[in-house]
Amino acid sequence: MAEDKQPGFDTLAIHAGARPDPATGARVTPIYQTTSFVFDNTDHAAALFNLETFGNIYSRIMNPTSAVLEERLAALEGGTAALATASGHGAQNLVFHTLMEPGAEFIAARQLYGGSINQFGYSFAKCGWTVKWADTTDPDSFRAQVTDKTKAIFIESIANPGGVISDIEAIAKVAQEASVPLIVDNTLATPYLVKPKDHGADIIVHSLTKFLGGHGNSVGGALVDCGTFDWMGSGRYPALSEPCESYHGMTLGETFGDFAFAIAARVLALRDLGPAIAPMNAFLILTGIETLPLRMQRHCENALAVAEWLERHDKVNWVNYAGLPSSASYELAKKYSPKGAGAVFTFGLKGGYEAGVKLVESVELFSHLANIGDTRSLIIHPASTTHRQLKDEQRAAAGAGDDVVRLSVGLEDKADIIADLDQALARL
Amino acid sequence: MSGGNHDSYPDGKIREILNGVRTIAVVGASPKPSRPSYFVTKYLLAKGYDVIPVNPGHAGKEIAGAKVYGSLAEIDRAVDMVDVFRNSEDAFGITQEAVDIGAKVVWMQLGVRNDEAAKLAEDAGLTVIMNRCPKIEYGRLSGEIGWTGVNSRVLSSRRPDMAEQGAQQRTLGPTRS
Repeated sequence: MAEDKQPGFDTLAIHAGARPDPATGARVTPIYQTTSFVFDNTDHAAALFNLETFGNIYSRIMNPTSAVLEERLAALEGGTAALATASGHGAQNLVFHTLMEPGAEFIAARQLYGGSINQFGYSFAKCGWTVKWADTTDPDSFRAQVTDKTKAIFIESIANPGGVISDIEAIAKVAQEASVPLIVDNTLATPYLVKPKDHGADIIVHSLTKFLGGHGNSVGGALVDCGTFDWMGSGRYPALSEPCESYHGMTLGETFGDFAFAIAARVLALRDLGPAIAPMNAFLILTGIETLPLRMQRHCENALAVAEWLERHDKVNWVNYAGLPSSASYELAKKYSPKGAGAVFTFGLKGGYEAGVKLVESVELFSHLANIGDTRSLIIHPASTTHRQLKDEQRAAAGAGDDVVRLSVGLEDKADIIADLDQALARL
Repeated sequence: MSGGNHDSYPDGKIREILNGVRTIAVVGASPKPSRPSYFVTKYLLAKGYDVIPVNPGHAGKEIAGAKVYGSLAEIDRAVDMVDVFRNSEDAFGITQEAVDIGAKVVWMQLGVRNDEAAKLAEDAGLTVIMNRCPKIEYGRLSGEIGWTGVNSRVLSSRRPDMAEQGAQQRTLGPTRS
């Protein structure tokens, strides 16, 4: 018999995880704005709580609207399962809560969203999970940080605030040598541009708030299980490889095979920590994902046009966009993100900090706010906002020095986007 | 049918098997509720299969309410499918027994794969599935597994097939060729 033909990405973006509602025939995924679900009888209830049967119990743990989003994300990333959360930070918290214990270490790239740097450096440290920093442009720097306490490696595929592409395969090699999972934050790229699983990622995280939702209306996050890490073989992740006390001695890694990590993150971490995504948010994000391919194409086209225009501007000192041949990440972008280098990048003004502030306050079409990945073009000065709570050297290492302006280029007409920057730059 | 790829199976083949069998003998069924074999036994019973646990150490007792037999040969009715919860080496002997009792399908669980056993069974006209779990496959093809965020790899714009009883019970739906 012939192999099942794999549907294309655009088809998956619209259909994966969704079927018409069996009760009413409703075509679009209903918003199950309910906290709870009735049981058939006490045996059915017990079977659900014991994970003996599939079904819905309570919307902190699972919800049918969110489930469609989860399956959609797993399909788009080529993973085995996914778990949606209230925010990207929430997803990261669940990932690490499942993997770490007090005294454990993990290695993370310095080139990260400022929020992740804070989460790792403050709240995770408070749990006794120690971050060791490395340079995403230097895979050997990860190798140098491996100890017998290392439990995971974390990088961003396209690093916030933009312009840097990670050599995922080289860092995956370090993770493999150390026998730890590689976690890749694929937020800026989305699976349309970069497929971390194809390059050795074991777990993928997303802020759905950004390009996946795409319309700036819903905060959400997700983790995706690539199904590639051998939890049972490792034995260093007891949540997965040891009998689970709260599930009557069941061993999750054994019972759930290649989607055990996502299950553990749900039935242990999400159950106990609670960052559940709201069904309404899941619905809006799902709707956004339907047009992900079209939107990302236009985002990248527009971003390249804007970056090229800025690079030629006499008030601009430098532009850091991996789609430009001048970029140190240009070759890596062609390898890992051939459809485009994303829509988020930074540039520096010759007028420094003051010029950056003036520019950000002079735009009319660009929205000055803290977000990326909206249909609307967005602008921010990271040093005074998203990366404000970092130390000076952390800020610089993350590419968010004082003179840096970050753009998230939207889907407006290119001419209008450029005209807005033109008039704002003219005021400097 | 003989030969064929055992690294992956078309969804249509799995659906045909799970729709076509009624009596399933679970060899290596454990009475412990924490064991995967217990889960699978209970789930398949709930889906309406006639599940027969086989475990010599537990013969005559019950697992998930179903009477346990000591061996395949001792089962008093026709068995359609033998579900193997033993290691890959032991799978050969069990497959031979499955052929002897006239089963139609040998299904080996996750992590269980024995290509020689598969050839033996296929040469005798049986269908063989290896390294898969019938609970996970049923969950995938019915869509139930999607409720827990798992990639079912099924794309359809048809309404899912519901079971007659139960608010959250799906069935596999008809096999379409």
